Amino acid sequence: MDILTSLLSGFAVAVTPLNLALAVFGCFAGTLIGALPGLGPVNGVAILIPVAFAMNLEPSSALIMLSCIYYGCMYGGRISSIMLNIPGDEPAIMTTLDGYPMARQGQAAKALGISAVASFVGATFATLGLTFFAPLLAKAAIHFGPADYFALYVMAFATIGGVTGVNPFKTLLAAMIGLLLASVGLDPGTGTARFTFGSFHLYDGFDPIVAIVGLFAVSEIIMYFESHAVAGTGPAKLGRVLPKLREVFEGFTASIRGAVIGFICGVLPGAGASLGAFVSYSTEKQISDKHGTFGTGDPRGIAAPEAGNNAASGGALIPMLTLGVPGSGTTAVMLALLVSLNIQPGPLLFERQPDLVWGLIAALYLANVVLLVLNIPMVGLFTRLLSLPQWLLMPIVVMVSFIGIYSISHSTFDLFVMIGFGLLGYALRKFDISLVPVVLGLLLGADMENNLRRALSISGGDFSILLQSPIALVIYGFTALMLAFSFGIAMRRRPAVLDK
Amino acid sequence: MSYTRNLIAGALLASGLTAVTPLTASAAECIAPADPGGGWDFTCRTVGRLLTELKLQDGSVQVTNMPGGVGAVAFANVAGKRADDGDVLVATSTVGVTQIAQGKYPGGVDVMRWVGMLGTDVGVIVVPADSEYENIGDLLDTLKADPTAVPVAGSSGAGGWDHIRLLMLADAAGMDGDAYKAIRWVQFDGGSPAVTQMLGGQVGAVSTDLGEIAGFVESGDIKILAALSDEPIPAFPDAPTAKSQGFDVTGYNWRGFYTGGDVSDDAYQGWVDELKTLFDTAEWKEAAEANGLITVWRGGDEFEAYVADQAKQMEDISRSIGVIK
Repeated sequence: MDILTSLLSGFAVAVTPLNLALAVFGCFAGTLIGALPGLGPVNGVAILIPVAFAMNLEPSSALIMLSCIYYGCMYGGRISSIMLNIPGDEPAIMTTLDGYPMARQGQAAKALGISAVASFVGATFATLGLTFFAPLLAKAAIHFGPADYFALYVMAFATIGGVTGVNPFKTLLAAMIGLLLASVGLDPGTGTARFTFGSFHLYDGFDPIVAIVGLFAVSEIIMYFESHAVAGTGPAKLGRVLPKLREVFEGFTASIRGAVIGFICGVLPGAGASLGAFVSYSTEKQISDKHGTFGTGDPRGIAAPEAGNNAASGGALIPMLTLGVPGSGTTAVMLALLVSLNIQPGPLLFERQPDLVWGLIAALYLANVVLLVLNIPMVGLFTRLLSLPQWLLMPIVVMVSFIGIYSISHSTFDLFVMIGFGLLGYALRKFDISLVPVVLGLLLGADMENNLRRALSISGGDFSILLQSPIALVIYGFTALMLAFSFGIAMRRRPAVLDK
Repeated sequence: MSYTRNLIAGALLASGLTAVTPLTASAAECIAPADPGGGWDFTCRTVGRLLTELKLQDGSVQVTNMPGGVGAVAFANVAGKRADDGDVLVATSTVGVTQIAQGKYPGGVDVMRWVGMLGTDVGVIVVPADSEYENIGDLLDTLKADPTAVPVAGSSGAGGWDHIRLLMLADAAGMDGDAYKAIRWVQFDGGSPAVTQMLGGQVGAVSTDLGEIAGFVESGDIKILAALSDEPIPAFPDAPTAKSQGFDVTGYNWRGFYTGGDVSDDAYQGWVDELKTLFDTAEWKEAAEANGLITVWRGGDEFEAYVADQAKQMEDISRSIGVIK
């Protein structure tokens, strides 16, 4: 087959001693960068682009190293979600919901193992999709218009109430706070400043990474001050340092489902990895959560979003390579990297520079295997993090976060914003309001609004455009089904809750 | 256990250092007032890399991303803290001057010293290859008859450079302000997303820079109705200019640099000379053309005058279309 020959020639490019060494280095560095809160794939790749130039690497070698860093970051983001309840990057946010409770129960190694396998499943699924269906999928993705993207976000927000915690009203409140925060900044449609109070620093709104680190890491420190003064929470149970082989395959079917959903979200340039992880998690919860174990450390609650976000990051490479449209900040950096290597992604890339493209795809397969092999022994290393006393661990984490945030924007203003979010996070925790929907609102709200605005610009303000697209109607129908389904479950479960 | 702990601490520290190292590399610094990945970032990274490779700078030129307010944050930072720092260049373009002209930066063009421009992107109006419009006149006639008939997309918001270029054409076609304000304008996050949405049938035409979307023209997915340049674009000599079709409109998007307003004449002239040397190399020509830019040089006083003139012109246009009062 034509594709297989191309892929084989790609492996011929990728499998040289130098490229393999670069791949291993990229995977290792990527995992670390991804695991550090505040440092994500965007700055990971951006920081290392000059390194690639300084080493005078061939374009294919540079591309292999940097795409391994990209995949590595995606694997690494989950580590701090599970170990510290602080997402390492935006798409890893859903992993905190079940990953952290599992770690507190002494099953950190198991959680890390499951998520490593799920990441592998997701990323490999996406790479297979990229290999065999890239041009086809790109053609399909083109037909998604603003009204359809809006429907997709409506679906996400319609299911948000059931995602976290017991009280859906608190979850909705948290999501609304997130949406409110998302409205800060220049309105992209007209350039009008909203809620910026005359400060240029607020023109681009709140950077989700700054918000995440503030809400999760800084508020954790404040909580620690308080709890330490009162009683002091003991360190988490260490449990086994390495997972049993059988355990890491728990939730395997969930990761397959997550991979499919995440991949679809990735291929759509207006959706992306955060939405992929979120929809994977909420769908899995709808399907599997028969006993209310989600949110308390259910393996499927880790497997689904991890497979989802890794599949989405792989899927996002499809519109990036075939259309030159980056679906997310990270793929935008990859695009910049390609451009600076004099590679112009777009409809002609596969024809004109097949060596590079197939070399890259082969490198992604390699990166996945390397990451899986690398991540299983690294589980032991990261598990021991929990044995560090909190008074030592948390300040280090926050210090690294400060450096990470400052290295993105070179702005002390962002550091103050981060502290502000820390205070907000502390207040929300005190009211027992989950932080995850706040971040989801902030992450997804801006895209939801932009697509609504675009749809209305096209129709000249006529709202009926939202219901004219068949794709949008299918998504709304699916949303209604999901709502009816979860309503049914809630009705059935209610008597049981009352019995207790 | 303490070994592991040291290892972890070491790893954290090393990663921290990786993050800090670029902050302290060498004397020369290029500020890209945007996130990694955009046009300004490309300008800084390409020019920075070439200055180092061609040994015009000792050591590497450090690229700093300072996103915010479409360049306003970097502008405010240089004006306030580094006005006399002769080691700093800031990447900008026509888009930045548009922002200044519309009063969206803290200060006018006279606050900075304008070093030079090295190349320019050309604005184009494109439609799908199978579109009913054969030339720019067809499209403008349709809009004249009913301004709401064809939604047009671009990479800037309403009042941004992509939008203004379309309105300049509408103006040249004899539409009055009230009519062309009614044209439906849709903003996307870049030229490629706008074109893919057009190919998906969401909008009828796209007004943006050619560089980012040249691949779609080469692949035959879209056709150029009008190039907003004086002469036909070298890469696409068959694409007609707006001028050749009777609409006297040009819309370039140049790429260049400014530096702080209090930088010494010596340091300023040093940058001008260095960039001119870079401009004359084959390496720059190759890098620029690979990204769809046409190489054009304006430097020093000539560039200062050009920018001041363009800002004035942009202010007038913005006022006439009602973006500023």
